[in-house]
Amino acid sequence: MFLKSRAARRETLTFYLLISPWIVGFLFFTLGPVLVSLGISFTRWNLLTPPVPIGLRNYTRMLDDRLFWQSLSVTFRYTLLYVPSELVGGLLLALLMNRNIKGIRADRTSYYLPTVISGVAFVVVWMWLFQPEVGLINATLSRFGIQGPRWLADPRTALFALWMMSLWGLGRNAIIFLAGLKGIPKELYEAAAMDGAGMWQGFRHVTLPMLTPTIFFVLVLSLIATLQTFTSAFVATNGGPLDSTLFYVLYLYRKAFQEFQMGYAAALAWVLFIVILLLTILVVRSGQWWVYYEGERES
Amino acid sequence: MITQSSPWQNRVRRLGVFLLVWGVAALFLIPFLWMVSSSLKPNYQIFATPPQWIPNPPQWQNYTEALTMLPFGRYVVNTAIITIAVIFGHLLSCTLIAYAFARLRAPGRDTLFIVVLATMMLPYPVTMVPLYVLFNWLDWINTFLPLTVPAFFGSAFYIFLLRQFFMTVPRDLEDAARIDGANTLQIIFRIMTPLALPAMVTVAIFSFQAAWNDFLAPLIYLQQPDLYTVTLGLQFFRSTFTTNWAYLMAASLATSLPMILLFFVAQRYFIEGISLGGMKG
Repeated sequence: MFLKSRAARRETLTFYLLISPWIVGFLFFTLGPVLVSLGISFTRWNLLTPPVPIGLRNYTRMLDDRLFWQSLSVTFRYTLLYVPSELVGGLLLALLMNRNIKGIRADRTSYYLPTVISGVAFVVVWMWLFQPEVGLINATLSRFGIQGPRWLADPRTALFALWMMSLWGLGRNAIIFLAGLKGIPKELYEAAAMDGAGMWQGFRHVTLPMLTPTIFFVLVLSLIATLQTFTSAFVATNGGPLDSTLFYVLYLYRKAFQEFQMGYAAALAWVLFIVILLLTILVVRSGQWWVYYEGERES
Repeated sequence: MITQSSPWQNRVRRLGVFLLVWGVAALFLIPFLWMVSSSLKPNYQIFATPPQWIPNPPQWQNYTEALTMLPFGRYVVNTAIITIAVIFGHLLSCTLIAYAFARLRAPGRDTLFIVVLATMMLPYPVTMVPLYVLFNWLDWINTFLPLTVPAFFGSAFYIFLLRQFFMTVPRDLEDAARIDGANTLQIIFRIMTPLALPAMVTVAIFSFQAAWNDFLAPLIYLQQPDLYTVTLGLQFFRSTFTTNWAYLMAASLATSLPMILLFFVAQRYFIEGISLGGMKG
């Protein structure tokens, strides 16, 4: 008895020794900064002079900050457009890949390839494709007698163009969906076919319910990532034209690292944190209504 | 509804699916092929209408010229230093941490593991400002340290990936080694890591991709041009030579080449890693 508890204590000690890098990193690079950023958000601070406590003024300032509302609106509109299309598009690609056809590896490669290049290279390619006069897209359209829009250069189409561009990265989610599809037992389809279900009914009553955990997972990740969109806007449009692509994190970056308003930037970061947290909780809560878990899920 | 489908109908359907699959694949490849084609075009051909797909004659010197207009060699070296340090840091720390979570029993373990997973959801911008303040205070701005040091303290997704893998390794081997007097570190490095090689490769690849392609963190911490990474260099190139599309495409492609090559060599690991957890990078 005594011996066993000594062994257990040894094991506990080893455990904490081994994970100690994570604990230190968590305290100094995650938890600490999160709390410190809350503290900074109640100050005015340019890094050169000591921070001045100003209470809630950074937060009240947002209410009158036109660009804050603009960036929030851009980010929400883009998220509303992108997240659903990422789910539907990713699922469609996965369904295509899941068919038994020669060349399946080749199409998987072509869907996934765009996601391995850097965000900057990714954006630069599309800036070239979107060139109003000589870009491939408008040049192709004009062959059919269509005058293409000015894409990234027009405030009415810039956000939409960024959306089109991001769809080139659908491959990553398609792979996650494909893994989900492969996990659905074949017997379920056979049973459905025995009951006279056609392809659509099989999809509706077998594929979709069995895939809801994957859809849920992708939805949560996609939501969190999309609300933090930065690189595409920074490189392609720098928020323009006329602030039509001023994403929230881009605005935050400007306040922090171009204008050195650390207090205001920290407050902006906390508002984003709370927005993301609330939306995530909302999605997770909604999950109990539509996510289907099998009895013997996971091993 | 059971439809009687004749062999002929079946063939038409299969042809339709075939065309659809390849049509969509082509749609994904076109921007990429256009990038390759543009990168090799002479100046008078790049703006030609209607667009021409075959560079005539191919201008291979676009690559050497684009890559020497800015010191891209320097950027590659910088990025390689950061990337190697990050991969090494992640492999070392995440292996130890993941082993502990997979194998050792300790009070508080499961709660801590939930905290590990929760950190994956934390938006980076929330810690961005205080981390800058911290690294500024440590005098680490314009060094590679803010980009490399955190890797030695683990990363949630890789910890999760390795833990999942370690849990599938049978305990017998470990027990035998323990009876032979091996300590925990010996067990991790002599028995577990060789067995977990595929998972370690996956972590190394994801870590490589994330470090090589990272943009926001280098943008914040590296302000001196001689410290630029390839993504910063490319962005700088783009903002300086805005209309030289042939060179821009050449530079974009050249800086992406290590990742593209790695992808073709190790496609399996990319796909498996994504399937397992599907984030980051």
